[in-house]
Amino acid sequence: MNIRNEVTFSTIRPRDGLKAALEKSRTEVVDDILRSGLKGRGGAGFPTGIKWKLAAEEKADEKYIICNADEGEPGTFKDRVIFSEWADLVFEGMTIAGYAVGAKTGIIYLRGEYGYLRQALEDKLAARHQEGLLGDKIMGKEGVSFDIHIHMGCGAYVCGEESALIESLEGKRGEARNRPPFPVAKGLFGKPTVVNNVETLAWVAAIFALGPDWFKHVGTEKSSGYKLLSISGDVAKPGVYEFPMGTKISAILKTAGADRPKAAVVGGASGILVPAKDFKRAICFEDVSTGGSVIVLSEDRDFLDILENFQEFFADESCGQCTICRLGNVKLLEGIRLLKEGRCTTKHLQKLCTLGAAMQAASKCGLGQASPNMFLSVLQHFKGEVLGRPQAEDHFANKRKAS
Amino acid sequence: MPTPSPAKARSQRPGTKVNSLQDEIDRLTERFGTERKALIPILQEIKKRHHIISGYAMQCVADRLSISPAEVYGVVSFYSFLHEEYQGRIVIRLCRTISCDMAGKDAIARQLQNDLGIKFGETTDDGKFSLEWANCVGMCDRGPAILVNEQVFTHVTPEKVQEIIQACIKMYEKTPDLFKKNGHSHEHSK
Repeated sequence: MNIRNEVTFSTIRPRDGLKAALEKSRTEVVDDILRSGLKGRGGAGFPTGIKWKLAAEEKADEKYIICNADEGEPGTFKDRVIFSEWADLVFEGMTIAGYAVGAKTGIIYLRGEYGYLRQALEDKLAARHQEGLLGDKIMGKEGVSFDIHIHMGCGAYVCGEESALIESLEGKRGEARNRPPFPVAKGLFGKPTVVNNVETLAWVAAIFALGPDWFKHVGTEKSSGYKLLSISGDVAKPGVYEFPMGTKISAILKTAGADRPKAAVVGGASGILVPAKDFKRAICFEDVSTGGSVIVLSEDRDFLDILENFQEFFADESCGQCTICRLGNVKLLEGIRLLKEGRCTTKHLQKLCTLGAAMQAASKCGLGQASPNMFLSVLQHFKGEVLGRPQAEDHFANKRKAS
Repeated sequence: MPTPSPAKARSQRPGTKVNSLQDEIDRLTERFGTERKALIPILQEIKKRHHIISGYAMQCVADRLSISPAEVYGVVSFYSFLHEEYQGRIVIRLCRTISCDMAGKDAIARQLQNDLGIKFGETTDDGKFSLEWANCVGMCDRGPAILVNEQVFTHVTPEKVQEIIQACIKMYEKTPDLFKKNGHSHEHSK
């Protein structure tokens, strides 16, 4: 399955984490997650313990745990591998979350593109029911009941944004909501809802199996634990790797066998471009943050091709509710094409950068806010490479030929 | 004899195709419910069975869920896996996003168009194949990747395109109903 190095999840026995968690009180479970320092592995890095604490404090007749398996960020595939290899850990993380916040229903929002994973997951869920790990009286403990359903997505990148995902689960267009209220207070069907990434939930199971202090002592002060990275692009060994938070990009690229790297795209289309001179920077929330995507670009790559691909992606995936995102992404795409054709003036380029900054400030959700990142990143580091490209009808080239 | 439910009563009449679609939607609401949250699962089922979500189907669903047909249309047009136009039994989706692009998806795109005789967004005249683009399908370590209905093919090369098409045709001829059901859970890789 293209797992390239030792991954902690392989060493965790399913049941260990759940058993340890159920022996504690609900408050202790939340405290353990707070103490571990676990932060959301989907990319945003919100402290998981705080999310749980807020949801646990809400009074409601129904609460929900949602596993965000709408892994759509370009270059990310770790969740697919987690589901293929260690799905039980994710189910356990959800069950523990349900116990901690007082939710009885868990929903996995699985992206439509991963439809081929569904049957195996359903079989595993059925087996867990048989073993008393789901349903009523989990592990024989009175009053602890939890169930997990799978909901298939329909091919919309924006549904990875938690409030858009919730709208989608409610049967609507996947359009992000205004916040506050946050999902922990008013989420699915207006009830308190915890939305956690697949990897975050798997770490929850690992943290209870190995103890919160084990996790806290790995990584950096502000980013504890390990992170799974999905590495692709110009590398000899693409695949899923586990690194402690705080690992330098240079070390990661070396392990993956990067081929004359000129830059790395960290965080997918919504991420940033890290040029080779900055490879000493580290992967962690306080430096270069990522949901897991690392795409390596060799010296042979043209940044405008890469940018055009990303911008087509955003122009296609913008949900359309914010004007600045809906139109801004089309304008940036047109600008990139002008640059490719060698017809973009410096003045126009400046306007596009202003537009990009406005998109970051004025879009409602993460998609719009992050969509100009790569454009601005490339201009910041490689402006000289994208300006003054030859035109199809190149006056100067023709002149040279004539003489 | 117990009184048949309205849905059953209708299905016993020698009905037109339109009536059978109504019955089918009745059965889907029995399975998924008539709340708004049932909308997407119902539409997914209709798409899977009929390869189209027609205007008539959208109206029937709206009627059963007591919402406006415009709401249903809004949802159908939003999601790329739902479709208001007919799509072939076999939908081939080529990933066009960055890692597959860098791994050479353009050559696969050209060969798919050549071998199927259609462009992206089109369906073959016999209704067997549709060709679509997909945004990142999460196979970035093994691109170029294509999804064929729910199956995934990775490390695709231009010369493998015809092989994949032939495999689809063979499967389709052997079990024409196959693609009406849940599809497959296998993954094919080099």
